[in-house]
Amino acid sequence: MSFSQKFPRFVTGSVQLVTRGNTTYWVWLAVLAVLILSGADAFAAQVRHGLIVTAMRDQVSWGFYIGNFTFLVGVAAAAVVLVIPAYVYDWKPIREIVIFGELLAVSAIVMCLLFVLVDIGRPDRFWHLLPGFGHMNFPQSILAWDVIVLNLYFIVNFIVVTHILYRAFHGRHYNKKIVVPLVLLSIPMAVGIHTVTAFLYNGLAARPYWNSSILAPQFLASAFCSGPAILLAVVLLLRKFTRFEIQDEAVWKIAELMAYATFINLFLHGSEAFKEYYSNTEHALYTRYWFQGIGEHRTLVPFAWTAVLLNVTAFVLFIIPKARRNPVLLYTGCFATYAGCYIDKGMGLIIPGLTPDALGEIYVYYPTIAELRVAAGVFALGFLVFTLMLKVAVPILLGEFHGARDPRAAVTH
Amino acid sequence: MATEEMHESGISRREFASVAAAAAAGLLATACGNRRLYDIPKDKLRAAVAEMEKEYSAKYGKAVTVSDAGPMPGVVFAYALDISRCVGCRRCVYACVAENNQSRDPEVQWIRVLSMDKSKGIDFQDADPYYQPETVPQDGRFYVPTACQHCRNAPCTKVCPTGATWTEKDGIVVIDYDWCIGCRYCMAACPYGARHFNWGKPTLPSDQVNPDMHVLGNRPRQQGVVEKCTFCIQRSRAGRYPACVEVCPVGARKFGNLLDPNSEIRYIIENKRVLLLKQELNTMPKFFYFYGT
Repeated sequence: MSFSQKFPRFVTGSVQLVTRGNTTYWVWLAVLAVLILSGADAFAAQVRHGLIVTAMRDQVSWGFYIGNFTFLVGVAAAAVVLVIPAYVYDWKPIREIVIFGELLAVSAIVMCLLFVLVDIGRPDRFWHLLPGFGHMNFPQSILAWDVIVLNLYFIVNFIVVTHILYRAFHGRHYNKKIVVPLVLLSIPMAVGIHTVTAFLYNGLAARPYWNSSILAPQFLASAFCSGPAILLAVVLLLRKFTRFEIQDEAVWKIAELMAYATFINLFLHGSEAFKEYYSNTEHALYTRYWFQGIGEHRTLVPFAWTAVLLNVTAFVLFIIPKARRNPVLLYTGCFATYAGCYIDKGMGLIIPGLTPDALGEIYVYYPTIAELRVAAGVFALGFLVFTLMLKVAVPILLGEFHGARDPRAAVTH
Repeated sequence: MATEEMHESGISRREFASVAAAAAAGLLATACGNRRLYDIPKDKLRAAVAEMEKEYSAKYGKAVTVSDAGPMPGVVFAYALDISRCVGCRRCVYACVAENNQSRDPEVQWIRVLSMDKSKGIDFQDADPYYQPETVPQDGRFYVPTACQHCRNAPCTKVCPTGATWTEKDGIVVIDYDWCIGCRYCMAACPYGARHFNWGKPTLPSDQVNPDMHVLGNRPRQQGVVEKCTFCIQRSRAGRYPACVEVCPVGARKFGNLLDPNSEIRYIIENKRVLLLKQELNTMPKFFYFYGT
């Protein structure tokens, strides 16, 4: 069977897979569709009227969109970093999860790029930074770096998952010469996208809250918490609803790794808080705005302490072997990690970074309904991509679905 | 033609679906040579500016001229502001708006005057930009007007992903409104809150338009792009003082050529007590504050 026959079979097969499903599947898709349409509608209004429909203003010029972007870069990075133990130690149990990590990375990057697109004032001009078409201020602008590494990372992961699934569909093992180098490349790239994203903020001397050398390591630490948290939840759900077998050891091992990552994350946060509070310079203002508020401006304080509580809870649950082996506590820990990092890394990074503003003004930012709708739409689109990819991937990996007409074709290769 | 996408007056007319179409048109325009103003050769720039004059004249019903005057050799502009004289009347703020065609609604202002407590000195955390007393100056207060500091080591131009903002040879930091994608990275990078974004569609009543424009300065801006002070590039490159310097009733504002040893600006730097805002950031502003008395 030639490529021209095989490829259409893969496509039609995939289409068949995603158009068949039980009621839960269709309800889930319907919910996502509603959110996507609502987001598109809100985005249309935003394009028409301008970013004035958001709560962002000159004082707080980035908000919810860029917060979500930053958080999701971490998810994309960490999902793949799990590949390290799998390949370095050739530890089979985690290896089976790797493909889901890559699928998650692909979906997360889709969301990242969309969050940047909805945040810019002139989405119609995005091509201005495409090298060759426009002008990319490389290497000066870290945003230019970020655009490059995020897109490359997307391409690398997309090739890997598509290749593995395509081969599996046709009953063949993936080509090691393609997959292994790309997977090995994606590991430093995963660290890279997160470091570059941290440097995006880190390099701004105008914002003392970000201009701390602990930022990049802290980004990585929190990514190692949030990424696996989502992955673990997905894996647990897959194990429950499909025939997919994932060993308990793998799940427990990931939970244990997350405990260490959470500890490092908390430690780095603590180090930063110590420096700010003990030296007590005027730069401590931003940290104080986050944890205590300034004057009557205390909007963020409940979020700050909720995040601390969630992260500490997650650490306790994952570090105690008995607790992490309890399914309920395991789910709880995943949720606590995810929510804790989401607050910390999203609003908790962006808003205190910009409040008080460069001239000392406190503008209280709180996302508008329009912003929330657009963001929900982007998340829904990302989840849709992830759902559809899983819908195709799981049966193929289980061998329930394949395109080899002639069974012998599967073994001759 | 390149200028079609470039001079589109605002995004508001477009519907969601047409964004993609516009982007595609933009790609086509690129193929035909649409470039940021920085890269446009002098002769082509003249043609582009002529297009703008036609468009703006038609739009506002009066003869608009758009200058493309380049930097003068041997000139680097610098600004000095006498903190001991400023009375906080904000006439500079409104003269700037009238001169530079900022949006009236939503309101965009390039100058921000901060009222500060004399006993605390220059302390941004204690500054009040919204002071509204019956009369100024108030007892115990002094005033620090801020705007773009035209840094020699400008953080904003460094971070711009598309190269839509840069420093001209005469030291003026400018923005290409047709090339800016509105990512606002420059706003996060600016330590002086000098950059302003067009959050909504800018409005500029025809009877209030200043028809004396410069391509890198006070020509009308679109929704979704960043703008800021240009040292009134349309005036300064024509040998005039910026509007804020002219309007200041107490003579607190000084402007001139940093390279001219006999200029007033050089006299101030060499003889007065000068300070720079946030000097520790090494942005090297060309905007000097001083105590004249």
